[in-house]
Amino acid sequence: MVLDSEPRTAVDVTGETGTQSFQFQPQNALKAPAGPEVREEPGDVALRAEHVHAYYGQKLAVGDVSMEIYARKITALIGPSGCGKSTYIRCFNRMHEFTPHARVEGHIYLEGTDIYDPNVDATRVRQRIGMVFQKPNPFPTMSIEQNVAAGLRFTNIRNRSEIRDRVETALKQAALWDEVKGDLKKPGIALSGGQQQRLCIARAIAVEPEVVLMDEPCSALDPIATLKIEDLMYGLAERFTIVIVTHNLQQAARVSDWTGFMLAGEDGVGRLVEYRPTQDMFTNPREDRTEAYITGRFG
Amino acid sequence: MAGLAQERGRTSLVNRVRIGDWIFTALVSAAAAVVLLIIVGLFYELITRSWPAVTHNGIDFIWATEWNPPREVFNAGTFIVGTVVTSVAALVIATAIGVLVAIYLVEIAPPMVARPVSFMVELLAAIPSVVFGLWGVFVLGVFIRDDFGPRFVDVFGFIPFFDGTPLITGLLSAVLILATMILPTVMAVSRDVIAAVPRSQREGIVALGATRWEMIQLTVLPYARSGVLGAAILGLARAVGETLAVTLVIGNRVGIPHTIFDPAYTMASAIANQFTEVENDMHRASLLEVALLLLIITFLINVAARLLVWRVTGGQRVSVVE
Ligand SMILES: Nc1ncnc2c1ncn2[C@@H]1O[C@H](COP(=O)(O)OP(=O)(O)O)[C@@H](O)[C@H]1O
Ligand SMILES: [Mg+2]
Repeated sequence: MVLDSEPRTAVDVTGETGTQSFQFQPQNALKAPAGPEVREEPGDVALRAEHVHAYYGQKLAVGDVSMEIYARKITALIGPSGCGKSTYIRCFNRMHEFTPHARVEGHIYLEGTDIYDPNVDATRVRQRIGMVFQKPNPFPTMSIEQNVAAGLRFTNIRNRSEIRDRVETALKQAALWDEVKGDLKKPGIALSGGQQQRLCIARAIAVEPEVVLMDEPCSALDPIATLKIEDLMYGLAERFTIVIVTHNLQQAARVSDWTGFMLAGEDGVGRLVEYRPTQDMFTNPREDRTEAYITGRFG
Repeated sequence: MAGLAQERGRTSLVNRVRIGDWIFTALVSAAAAVVLLIIVGLFYELITRSWPAVTHNGIDFIWATEWNPPREVFNAGTFIVGTVVTSVAALVIATAIGVLVAIYLVEIAPPMVARPVSFMVELLAAIPSVVFGLWGVFVLGVFIRDDFGPRFVDVFGFIPFFDGTPLITGLLSAVLILATMILPTVMAVSRDVIAAVPRSQREGIVALGATRWEMIQLTVLPYARSGVLGAAILGLARAVGETLAVTLVIGNRVGIPHTIFDPAYTMASAIANQFTEVENDMHRASLLEVALLLLIITFLINVAARLLVWRVTGGQRVSVVE
């Protein structure tokens, strides 16, 4: 088996060539419209999407979405089922292209580097932009500890004690440490659903990515497990930029700083309708369609 | 009310359903009983008919190697060694190739390639074993004797077991034929098991930064391992019992083979080869004792396999036949 023998570091998505193209774009049309009611400071930009189009074969699923994701903020993506939220969020770590025949057009900048630049290695992008899935997906043949450390195999971290430290830190950040510290050798699937999802969060943050993407991370969980995850998200946001897809509006309102509302048009193409600080979005939506959605008139 | 039911052509349901139920229960119970009876009957027949040999040959039967019908000395050590060596070697080869092919078909090949290749490998399973046997003699055997064997001995002959005189029939021919015969089973089951690894598992590791090979190594194969093990065991069961093709290519010589080119004997080929020309009653009974042993060994393989799979899966059901 041919393996990628050279350890990838979590420093540079372009690899050793170092041909980074720092293209700081003029930030005009991409920024959220700054109205008088904006109380949320945008702050640093962690990710900047420009004219992102996502296709499944010939079918355009997400059309021309541009937005900035702010560093160490929680950004929620809301919208009715099928509007392209999952498709869009998967563009941020190049998971969309993992689906057969799926492709992306447009640009997404991570610290000035376009992750869709042909020189960029998708596996490195995914080390810097982690993901938590809708259904908890721990690896059944691995112990709790091995699950959390799984992503470290692709880094140059080899030292056992360092791995153990990373596992412990990640489990603490995922609010799971106290529940599992005595059973690190137990299989990850022996945990409850909510614990499994927190294990998956620990697994995603153990490699210390800059961004954590979460696609409806609580939709398979009961309300108490959901609250636990919402709680730990505030802590995570101190260190990580978080993008969360949810079709639970209360959840978006509770946890997020910014909210993007997506909607599929008549043509079945999902587009970003409105993107604003969460409080504004929910108290004072600009678009009629947003208002209709958040007041429960459709979706 | 009764009038209305009659008017609409409806009859009472109660009796019919009960009878149907009863017939069905009786039928499936009978079928189960027949299967059980066949197994018990088989064991009973084999034990009673081979009993004279069991007492005559004693416990030496299992490891001693002399098999001499005129002198009425019957020991099955040679056959057991032949069966174990050919089956295990064929299994190792077939599993290695079968799993690699399965990985290629599921993970790498485009559907346009995967479908015909898959179909062709599965077609191997439909070839009658006599055809395999004849091909083994006339094509493979000749190739081993004239081309492969001499060159192989030139290069690797200094290693024990890899020297000797290549012939048309022998251990190597038998191993290769057996491996080819069980390859479709191992490949097809492994392919299905690998294809059944959930997408969420693949995406989970890929989202952490795994390459395609790392994904296969770290999640696909570990997830599929109990099923692949099951596939290998199905293959082993077939290899141990395979008779006709092996009888044609193995050389049928009593004696422990010392090199991969030596002729040998397996339990199944000994029974097939000698049963029509037994020299005395004890010879016949001894062949039946070999059959009894083969049955017990097959039975033990199955039990061991189940335990192994059970241990690997931690008590979950095997995914082979999902
Ligand atoms: N694997 C796929 N192949 C083809 N079309 C897909 C696939 N996944 C999603 N889609 C389509 O893309 C659109 C957006 O889906 P999705 O991103 O899953 O929406 P959401 O997450 O907002 O519910 C839908 O019309 C859906 O049918
Ligand atoms: Mg979705």
